[in-house]
Amino acid sequence: MKMIKTLKTRNLCESAKNGGCGECQTSCQSACKTSCGIANQQCENASSKESK
Amino acid sequence: MIHRYKLNGFNIVIDTCSGSVHAVDEAAYDIIALYGSERKENIAAKVFEKYKDSGVSLNDINECIDDIETLKNEGKLFAEDTFAPLADTFKQKSGNVVKALCLHVAHTCNLNCSYCFASQGKYHGDRALMSFEVGKRALDFLIENSGTRRNLEVDFFGGEPLMNWDVVKRLVEYARSVEQKHGKNFRFTLTTNGVLIDDDVIDFANREMSNVVLSLDGRKEVHDALRVDYAGNGSWEKIVPKFQKLVKARGGKNYYMRGTFTHANPDFLKDIETMLDLGFTELSMEPVVCDPKDSYALTEEDKPVVMEQYEKLAEKMLERRKAGKPFTFYHYMIDLTGGPCIYKRISGCGSGTEYMAVTPWGDLYPCHQFVGDEDFKLGDIWNGVTNKEKQEEFRSCNVYKRPECADCWAKLYCSGGCAANAYHATGSVKGIYEYGCDLFKKRMECAIMLKVAESLEEDAE
Repeated sequence: MKMIKTLKTRNLCESAKNGGCGECQTSCQSACKTSCGIANQQCENASSKESK
Repeated sequence: MIHRYKLNGFNIVIDTCSGSVHAVDEAAYDIIALYGSERKENIAAKVFEKYKDSGVSLNDINECIDDIETLKNEGKLFAEDTFAPLADTFKQKSGNVVKALCLHVAHTCNLNCSYCFASQGKYHGDRALMSFEVGKRALDFLIENSGTRRNLEVDFFGGEPLMNWDVVKRLVEYARSVEQKHGKNFRFTLTTNGVLIDDDVIDFANREMSNVVLSLDGRKEVHDALRVDYAGNGSWEKIVPKFQKLVKARGGKNYYMRGTFTHANPDFLKDIETMLDLGFTELSMEPVVCDPKDSYALTEEDKPVVMEQYEKLAEKMLERRKAGKPFTFYHYMIDLTGGPCIYKRISGCGSGTEYMAVTPWGDLYPCHQFVGDEDFKLGDIWNGVTNKEKQEEFRSCNVYKRPECADCWAKLYCSGGCAANAYHATGSVKGIYEYGCDLFKKRMECAIMLKVAESLEEDAE
């Protein structure tokens, strides 16, 4: 009986290898303008190939 | 570090440092809590005793413990926080690159909203409109300082930017005329109260703006209590048809109906429902940013109401999704597989470094929320950043610089929070705004619960 279901997520440790290109949206710019959250942003790194 | 919580019938375990999310049953939920605290045999015996009448066998429990061990070995559970040494590298590596500007094209407004953090658009200073020459120089400054970044973000902000619409249009045309030559891609956003929207604004904004942010607080009586003109008349009747026309003509391009909730409407789900009834589906409701002494400031008594509203909002989203009438709530958007890399998650919001605000006179500030506070003036668009000391304060601002964040499970979702909120709450940009943190954590719990629900629904199909 499987008691744990693991969702597919980005591997954050792996993202350290190719990350940091800086092309993604600046945090609250173009949006709420009053709170910082990066969870809802998209990675825009065209060369990011790490396993997800 | 893990975070376990129950919401809407789901048992959820978030592994902070790997970003993994696990949906677990009741027994596994307990096993994970006990894991590491005592011998496996003891954990198995305890959990078996509790669940033996629910059809859970000792074998099931031992298999679950093995699965937990496997997840741990794979770095998906109880992952160590090894990111601290990376915290400064992103901003250091970026050097002085600027990639986003908030252009304050109008320090004036045709509404007189009492809760406006920008003091009716004036930012505690004089009324002013940005000239085309200042705006053009700001765009040139952005291009010159953007290094190898291709995507450049410019938000036309105010006050009310439509009060300087011709300059906005000329600036967009100018940017479009030079972007290709410089290998750049401008993404424009317009944030407006809607009063001056007409067919020309709709056509131009829907063609040129990647996003439009439309200010509407929801229910007419809520909106009109604070969002009034200088004669004290509410603006709801005037703007709603304009927003509807703009959104209909937008053809699916990004927009947000952006509301503010205050002490007057902590039950903001009703305002979301009003927005839905009006036909809007891309929604955002933000807690008011103001002095705690203001009559409309959210109070400690409001907090449980707000928390419950967030949960009910998530439930409503699930219901509507199942009914084929989905809608988006900005703070519940989360992309678990394609979200930001670890650098972005630990580096803070970028204010004062890659992002700055430009006043109508061409002065640079770390972000729109610091405009008007002379202590935070960084420089200007002709001479660049001259207040290096202040900029370094922002550059060194990241999630690992805030001791309060060290043991917070949500730190890789908020990146350390809003520097302006922190400053207003504590007097330091490296502080935290605890009230905001509590709300943020609830929103993340809800957002991740929605992902869990979606994933389990897919499995069931």
